[in-house]
Amino acid sequence: MTVTLTQPRQSSEATFTGLRCRECGHPYEATAQHVCSEVCFGPLEVVYDMERIKARVSRAAIEAGPLSIWRYRDFLPIDSDPIDVGTGLTPLLRANHLARRLGLNHLYIKNDGVNMPTLSFKDRVVSVALTRARELGFTTVSCASTGNLANSTAAIAAHAGLRCCVFIPADLEAGKVLGTLIYHPTLMAVEGNYDQVNRLCCEVANSHGWGFVNINLRPYYSEGSKTLAFEVAEQLGWRLPDHVVAPLASGSLYTKICKGFREFVAAGLVEHKPVRFSGAQAEGCSPIAQAFAAGRDFIAPVKPDTIAKSIAIGNPADGPYALDVARQSGGSITAVSDAEIVSAIKLLAETEGIFTETAGGTTIAVLKKLAESGKIHPDETTVAYITGNGLKTAEAVKDVIGAPFEIDARLDSFNQAWAKASGQTMAGMALAA
Amino acid sequence: MPVQVLIPTPLQPFTANEAVVELNAVDVNQLIQALDERFPGLKARLCDDSGKLRRFLNIYVNSEDIRFLDNQATPLKEGDEVSIIPAVAGG
Repeated sequence: MTVTLTQPRQSSEATFTGLRCRECGHPYEATAQHVCSEVCFGPLEVVYDMERIKARVSRAAIEAGPLSIWRYRDFLPIDSDPIDVGTGLTPLLRANHLARRLGLNHLYIKNDGVNMPTLSFKDRVVSVALTRARELGFTTVSCASTGNLANSTAAIAAHAGLRCCVFIPADLEAGKVLGTLIYHPTLMAVEGNYDQVNRLCCEVANSHGWGFVNINLRPYYSEGSKTLAFEVAEQLGWRLPDHVVAPLASGSLYTKICKGFREFVAAGLVEHKPVRFSGAQAEGCSPIAQAFAAGRDFIAPVKPDTIAKSIAIGNPADGPYALDVARQSGGSITAVSDAEIVSAIKLLAETEGIFTETAGGTTIAVLKKLAESGKIHPDETTVAYITGNGLKTAEAVKDVIGAPFEIDARLDSFNQAWAKASGQTMAGMALAA
Repeated sequence: MPVQVLIPTPLQPFTANEAVVELNAVDVNQLIQALDERFPGLKARLCDDSGKLRRFLNIYVNSEDIRFLDNQATPLKEGDEVSIIPAVAGG
């Protein structure tokens, strides 16, 4: 069944003009569709009128805009008042302690673990997708999710008054299930991995006439990730970094950060300079890293087996494009073990006070590996993207972070415990030295 | 051997809007051929000029990606369900 909804008629205010196949360039109208159905099945992407964007934007106008991703709305594919739940403008933190530990001089952490409203970068893509869903006349929205997208879709749909049904693999972390159910969507926990969930959703999308943020709304949805590039450029004082490290699941975020930097250059907001893109995967689900290492330009899908569930996509749709970005920019795509991921979560928490989930642990573990092997020059301005919050994946670290001292409400009980704690700290310091 | 093929929305204009099609085929290659005979022009959408499936298309036999089986030579038996799914973004 093909669903006909509101005809897309962009107003004179819109900066996007339609969709186009990324593979063969065939043009399409800006409706809810994601596949080049008339020619080659390639993915569709949004086409903008860059001259119009250029004529409209300036650093001053952006700085005076909303304190959310919507300060960059001229670069986003919407044509109405956006759903603004305060998403974006997350901290870009100068990470001096971690930098020193890794032998780097200019390290920054972009912390989307405190993004609003659901503590992951997914709030960016969902804000864009649901704004567009509303414009296209959808009243029910949906997604296939490894957890974070489910949280975000359910929350922002609740705020926007849209009906919501989301699909997740049945084995997700408790925090991610709770963090979806609280918004009272219909939640389908599917027996199977993410790729199987996604396959089911494609079949549901075919028959139910819903707006699936990562399927038929994907061209709009994925554009939201560009705001991670825009914010970093603005927060660095309107310049680009030298090196970016970001996690790879489907590969969409990684490629869209690259696109965001290019658009800022094209619009005349920042000077062009080469930026290297390094991608991070978990060994238990590393189809893109394997293709990179083997020099292949195609992805052989894998069956995920890793604690980094939020990035456990065995059949990554944007994998081929991620390989292009890594190779063309002089970057790399690297995989790390689950043990390295857990250590990196602790390292980031202990050095910078940021508690990230397993995807962020993957990114920091790869950052560490690249720094230690000399693949990041100490003087490169390097930005590591932390995309989610550690409280959602407590299972990953609960057995390796120690326990509190249980004491009585008496001074001698405290003193005894403190002596023990100090001994442990001294021993720890001696070991580290 | 009759197998069921689930046709994705973007391909349904080729199948007179049928979402499920029943065909006889012993493997995936033959299935693609049979689809093209029933709905002329469909093979050119699914495969490139060399007959290889396009890289943004996934085919599943009973929920299993054929790249984990025998790719286009994956055998089919009576009652199998074949899904054709364009790649989608994650997360």
